[in-house]
Amino acid sequence: MEQFSVELVDWSRAQFALTAIYHWFFVPLTLGLSFIVAFMHSIYYKTGDEKWKNMTKFWMKLFGINFAIGVATGIILEFEFGTNWSNYSWIVGDIFGAPLAIEGIVAFFLESTFIAVMFFGWGRVSKKFHMMSSWLVAFGSNLSALWILVANAWMQNPVGTKFNMDTARNEMISFFDVALSSTAIFKFTHTISQAYVIGSLFVIAVSAWYLLKKRHLLFAKQSILIASVFGLVSAVCVAFTGDSSAYDVAQKQPMKLAAMEGLYDGEQNADLYAFGFLNNRKDNSNFKGIRIPSMLSIMAYRDPNAFVAGVNDILNGNEAQGILPTETRMEKGRIAIQALADYTLAKKAGDKELAQQKYIEFEENYAHFGYGFFQDKEEVVPHVKLTFYSFHIMVGFGLFFIALFAWLLYASMKNKLEKHKWVLRLSVWSLLFGYIASELGWLVAEIGRQPWTIQDILPVGAATSHLSVGNVQTTFFLFLALFTVLLIAEIKIMVFQIRKGPEKGGSHV
Amino acid sequence: MPREDSDMGIVAGKKRKTNKSEKEMIKKIASFYRNGFKNMPSWGKKLWLIILIKLFIMFAVLKIFFFPDFLNTKFDTDEQKSDYVKEQLINKK
Repeated sequence: MEQFSVELVDWSRAQFALTAIYHWFFVPLTLGLSFIVAFMHSIYYKTGDEKWKNMTKFWMKLFGINFAIGVATGIILEFEFGTNWSNYSWIVGDIFGAPLAIEGIVAFFLESTFIAVMFFGWGRVSKKFHMMSSWLVAFGSNLSALWILVANAWMQNPVGTKFNMDTARNEMISFFDVALSSTAIFKFTHTISQAYVIGSLFVIAVSAWYLLKKRHLLFAKQSILIASVFGLVSAVCVAFTGDSSAYDVAQKQPMKLAAMEGLYDGEQNADLYAFGFLNNRKDNSNFKGIRIPSMLSIMAYRDPNAFVAGVNDILNGNEAQGILPTETRMEKGRIAIQALADYTLAKKAGDKELAQQKYIEFEENYAHFGYGFFQDKEEVVPHVKLTFYSFHIMVGFGLFFIALFAWLLYASMKNKLEKHKWVLRLSVWSLLFGYIASELGWLVAEIGRQPWTIQDILPVGAATSHLSVGNVQTTFFLFLALFTVLLIAEIKIMVFQIRKGPEKGGSHV
Repeated sequence: MPREDSDMGIVAGKKRKTNKSEKEMIKKIASFYRNGFKNMPSWGKKLWLIILIKLFIMFAVLKIFFFPDFLNTKFDTDEQKSDYVKEQLINKK
């Protein structure tokens, strides 16, 4: 039997993580800032006031810089699917095909067509059409995100599909089950609302810097007002959709939830670890800090008395709670894999009866298919500390953003913004916190679901291509160089334009 | 018959008009883009340069030399690809 090459798998994962994390530096700002620009453009359309025109033009220019540098960086992930993750690509091909085709044809077309009108349209198209094009760019960008996230959600919760034993591919049996699964809905709403938070933090950080430098005061105050309203609504949505996501994770990916909370021994009235540290013990004495009684049970099952499974329950099983031991699932997984092998041989030999028997055996055990690839039950546990800290720091930042937006809104309305310089300084730094929280969110979602590429069906080790480690290492460093250059270029151009300020710059890309 | 002729004349006239307005529309769109690019400030041109270099590196260098589609380079038919992936799954257990 062939074993996974751990080094190859790790480098392939590292490369994917690197490209996804870099790609994610550009995406949330595009999603969030596009709506803020559209709001400002609408106010200009309604009032005809030149100051709103200047404001729209300035933020549109910064949106354009981010869009231009970030555009197509996600395509590299698709290159990696075909080269590094060929087994995975083949197995999911039909499922990813539909959402990604819609993304390519409808959303990207919408976005790229109207972005030209948005930038070139000043004085050349009607004001109404121009303003509408800003909205269509915003909707187009967000629609692109929808289909990508639908594809990602399917990997975390593979519904609406059936594995074809003849072709070794998943086939879609219900587009709506794939597109409208609870995981897809919560993932999309949570991800885009946090992107709006990033867009708001960006506008606030730049404007707070102007206030600290005593430049463009009216412009900065009005920008902060708009961004704090949008940011506050978005940050509250992040909290609610995050809660819904956690509820969904509890049902679909209990191991991820256990890792997020560092919960080893499942319990009723499970506490939520609010603030504290994990030690290396693999039981519930692993946490020192502040707990919120029964909160985890409420979060996971909307019931303070509900039982929440821990890592040990999932590994060793818990008969009372109907949780199968991982070793039993590994045995069932091996039966499913063997049934696939026997089915293939029976088909080739023309033995229809045996093929049918093996088909039934496969179907009965398919829910455990991925477990058959493991040698040791511990392999199904993700990196608990990394998931735990990523989750808790992300939530902490999320709550901080709600407070920050609320305070900025209050101070804007009372015209007190300039009086509290430390809050303005904190606002400038908050953009960095926003990016950290956003990337940590990605880590929770993706590290927390390890070792799976497709939950319970395909572990990362079985998803990779037969490549040399050297190949993957070379491209890892190539990407590191390319993306770093792009990021530096973006920051330099952006900083230059921010220093120049709103009045002097045009918006013409 | 004369009526049919006149109907055909109207249809042909309408078609000519439509072709003319389509051409004008295309001209307008082309000049919209031409003027847009022509009046672009230097930082906008710099951005376009970055986009083009990036796309060249991604598609003409990385995709071709470093990221060939693994299964497409090894196999010609879908049947061969599915046999290979199945073999991989069965033997990796």
